[in-house]
Amino acid sequence: MQSSLVVLVMSLLVFIGVNIVGNPVDMLINPEADQEEIDRVISDLGLDRPVHEQYGYFVFNALKGDLGKSFIYGEPALKLIVQHIPATLELAVAALLMAIVFGIPLGVYAGLKPDSKTAKTIMATSILGFSLPTFWVGIMMIMVFAVQLGVLPSTGRGDTVDVLGVPMSFLTLDGLSHLFLPALNLSLFKISLVIRLSRAGTREIVHMDYIKFARAKGLRQGRIVMVHLMKNIMIPVVTVLGLEFGGLVAFSTVTETVFAWPGMGKLIIDSIHNLDRPVVVAYLMIVVLLFVTINLVVDVLYSVLDPRVRLQDQKS
Amino acid sequence: MTAEVQERLVLDDVPPSLARVETPFRRFVSDFTDSRIATGAFICFLVIAAIAVFAPWLAPTDPYDLAQVSVLDSNLPPFSENFEGVTFWLGTDGAGRDLLSAIIYGLRISLGVGVSSGLIAMAIGCAVGLTAAYAGGRTDSVIMRIVDIQLSFPAILVALILLAILGKGVDKILIALVTVQWAYYARTVRASALVERSKEYVEAATCLALGHRRIVFRHILPNCLPPMIVVVTLQTAHAISLEATLSFLGVGLPTTEPSLGLLIANGFEYMLSHKYWISIFPGVALLVTIITINLVGDQLRDVLNPRLQK
Amino acid sequence: MKFGKALLGAAVLALVAGPATAADGTLTIGLKAEPSSIDPHYHNLGPNNSMAAHIFSRLIEQDEKQRLQPGLALSWKAVNDTTWEFKLREGVTFTDGSAFDADDVMFTAKRAPNVPSSPSSFGTYLKGKTFKKIDSHTVHISTERPHPLMPVEISNIHIISNEVGDKVSTGDFNNGTATHGTGPFKFVEWVPNDRLVLERNEGYFGEKPEWKRVVFKPIKSGPARVAALLAGDVDFIDNVPPIDIARLKKEAGVQLSSGISNRVIYLHMDQFRENSPFVTAKGGDKIKNPLLDARVRKALSKAINRDAIVERVMEGVAIKAGQLLPEGFFGVSPNMSAEAYDPKGAKALLAEAGYGDGFEMTIHGPNDRYINDAKIAEAVAQMLSRIGIKMSVETMPKAVYFKRASRGGPDKSPEFSFILVGWGSGTGEPSSPLKSLLHTYDKSQGFGSSNRGRHSDAEVDKLIEDGLATVDDDKRSALLQKATELGIGRNQGIIPLHYQVNTWAGKKGIAYKARTDERTTAMGVHSN
Repeated sequence: MQSSLVVLVMSLLVFIGVNIVGNPVDMLINPEADQEEIDRVISDLGLDRPVHEQYGYFVFNALKGDLGKSFIYGEPALKLIVQHIPATLELAVAALLMAIVFGIPLGVYAGLKPDSKTAKTIMATSILGFSLPTFWVGIMMIMVFAVQLGVLPSTGRGDTVDVLGVPMSFLTLDGLSHLFLPALNLSLFKISLVIRLSRAGTREIVHMDYIKFARAKGLRQGRIVMVHLMKNIMIPVVTVLGLEFGGLVAFSTVTETVFAWPGMGKLIIDSIHNLDRPVVVAYLMIVVLLFVTINLVVDVLYSVLDPRVRLQDQKS
Repeated sequence: MTAEVQERLVLDDVPPSLARVETPFRRFVSDFTDSRIATGAFICFLVIAAIAVFAPWLAPTDPYDLAQVSVLDSNLPPFSENFEGVTFWLGTDGAGRDLLSAIIYGLRISLGVGVSSGLIAMAIGCAVGLTAAYAGGRTDSVIMRIVDIQLSFPAILVALILLAILGKGVDKILIALVTVQWAYYARTVRASALVERSKEYVEAATCLALGHRRIVFRHILPNCLPPMIVVVTLQTAHAISLEATLSFLGVGLPTTEPSLGLLIANGFEYMLSHKYWISIFPGVALLVTIITINLVGDQLRDVLNPRLQK
Repeated sequence: MKFGKALLGAAVLALVAGPATAADGTLTIGLKAEPSSIDPHYHNLGPNNSMAAHIFSRLIEQDEKQRLQPGLALSWKAVNDTTWEFKLREGVTFTDGSAFDADDVMFTAKRAPNVPSSPSSFGTYLKGKTFKKIDSHTVHISTERPHPLMPVEISNIHIISNEVGDKVSTGDFNNGTATHGTGPFKFVEWVPNDRLVLERNEGYFGEKPEWKRVVFKPIKSGPARVAALLAGDVDFIDNVPPIDIARLKKEAGVQLSSGISNRVIYLHMDQFRENSPFVTAKGGDKIKNPLLDARVRKALSKAINRDAIVERVMEGVAIKAGQLLPEGFFGVSPNMSAEAYDPKGAKALLAEAGYGDGFEMTIHGPNDRYINDAKIAEAVAQMLSRIGIKMSVETMPKAVYFKRASRGGPDKSPEFSFILVGWGSGTGEPSSPLKSLLHTYDKSQGFGSSNRGRHSDAEVDKLIEDGLATVDDDKRSALLQKATELGIGRNQGIIPLHYQVNTWAGKKGIAYKARTDERTTAMGVHSN
């Protein structure tokens, strides 16, 4: 209910941005086009009609995937965006996995031994992870790993393999080596987040009775951590990460620019520079949709995963 | 009477209890200075702020007066001297600009944009938050729904959308930064205002039939300030970082007003050619600024948060 | 943790293994600029024409020195003053299997100048030319006046198959459905911003290229391109940034190839508005456009230290310029050298013209078109500041810049006052820049099409027009030289800065036949 409201509001905002604040003829029609072409597009996009009808046309055309043609490539803007989605999703998913793989063990460790030197170092690093600007860290990574040490490639995506017709780079060694730095860069902020979440969760849970019972029962520490602790930390971590997935996609604009990763983030920045507005508008629509979908899915999953939320929902 | 005695008498006139009276401000200062790191950070921040304010007097050259810059001096490493005997402590960039001067001016722009956007956002956020809290009911829930929706989108995305539509410029980046920040303030103010509203002094003021405006601004607002101060510091650091990111992407400030982010972006091109200084030094300046503000903010949060008080 | 280790391990392994290379016949090229379309008639732009040269053939080809060679036409000659006869090659087929004949030429001639929403049309080469099919392998092309440049202009038109039909769109070329040519390579796929893949055309009528498969990767940033080469991601890159050349020379695994280009980098000045939008008195008040005065233009030229630009901005990889093409090209004047650096003389000239106190001006330029373009603009601004002109610099991406520079102003007039531009002579002689940059703007005749300063001088116009219509080479050369001497030497219609020198770099053992037209083609890449 809320998500459909958000979609409506956001499409309205994008529409206002494009058609009221900006000039739609400038925004969506190639300045090189001749009058005949301009007239045709104006009637195609319904720009000659009253505003509320225009909005209807805008949404209708957007749903059809018609948001004008890229001024630069002469191709439908939406098609261009869609072509670039796999690279961005691959990067974001890799970053998400890294956040879990690096974040949870470090966070749990810091939570189990809060006073150790290592734990303090972990926490200090996580504060840095929060305050360092992504782009600067990315530059430093290139500087250290690609320029000074020369162990990882600096830019680009590497070899790809088609999976169901979608090119993916994580299946080749070359692709993986290209993926590593950008994914790490993108995930740094989320790693810090996961460290904090799992540390807080751990500290809370180790004092719970059932952990004490497990200890008293003589279970090994490893089993207690892996089974009893993990289960309970995972719920908040997974929920937050789900919500943060959209953030990863948004922040990929920065990482993709630094690492010349050919995803939609780099496309949108290039398009803004080139005043290729139909592509910008199409990107906005896609990202808004993506966001709302993510929020919706997380909401649903959350209530499925956590019985308390489900019960509350039923009551209200 | 000797002067010494007179002095003692004057001093003795002050009741001992008042001489060391514990005003909230003094307690705050002493709590804050408990942490040596935070104190250091605060001093560091004052220095940075001073550098930004007095940039035209501190910088060796005006990096944007083209008559003072020569391409003959381009890409010099730190501590080089040119043939006229001018020393470039931090080296020069590709156009022959003195990097130290460029950083000082860049800091001025970055800090200026960050702080002013924070203040404007605070003003707007306060007004909205107070309205929501004081009016309550439907107004409150509508406003807070908008705030929630806004906060569910990452700041960078919202800023990017706005700048893509508006274009480059100082005014435009201010609009973008204010737009992404106001909701945080609104939420913070509303939360503390709700607490204050239910307190007795507000009830008393209402009974005295004081005007709404007077109650809100004279009574509730001052009591909401402590959490606001924390949010302001942390948000300023965030705004500076966001502005640097947007300028790095080339959608923020125009090249005629290069902030630290733009300087880093310009240097990025040279870094792979082993001319590290052009990108590293502005980066360090940015980092130090953000981290000091964050450290100050963290300590403020600890000091001002009643729940954490010993 | 395990996953991370595996990832790191994989990364290290990948470095040891290295990507697919020349060994299996695949060549990976890191390109500075990718084409904006595969449609060979959509956009008359360097990267597009380079790419089209792989997939399509022309009636006449230009070799690396821009000398004309037979292509799809075996021979061409003027049968009378205004008509040229082209004899077409027989037995050539397009990659879709259809045979090449005169109908394809007729079809191309009809389509090339009329592609919808083309940002820069091929009409410039075809305007005023009438095509006539004589038989299946003979075509006549005629003009109203004698036209010695006919073969050169025709060598810019890519021939497509008439099988694709009238309705063919730019998109059909981009996705490959209509991309059938007679060139050395076949189109495989294009993902804009990511990669463009070609495969050798085994049925090519000319010399077969060395590479079985070519992958072009657009890597816009110069240092990133160099890094990709050093890391082994690509085998070959174009547009090596000057700043990296010295370093790459020391790398054992890298081989550089360079050559002078036909491109002159120059400044154009508003010579048609009484009040120029980006020139004001100091303080911002309107003034009469000082750039209208040839003495002021001369002063600007004297104030520019071309040696400093060549040495410091271009790292020594450029040649200072005094006219439109470097020495050795046809029609170049022996009497003109680059203006010497003379700031005092410049100030004196400014004072003489009544601008002793200077004025304010903005220089506009692209930041992703020419080698170090934005830095050159900034250096020029610095130098002009030294003679008392208060300068500001504004640079922008080429996609935005050229539209505004050509017709961003009211009534589609050039928007800016003082701009940095470059011109590569597609014909290999000064007639092309003279006609486009210095001839009075005349849209109907196609003169002065890039004359963004609107320089206009009847005497120069006459010399250019006569030169263009003179078939005798010696006479034509003399006319073109005279036109250059008056247009630049006397009038200061434009201020030439330097000629570009282009550098390519490949892995050890991969060399490039440097082209004066700056194109990067897989056909010119050879292993040795």
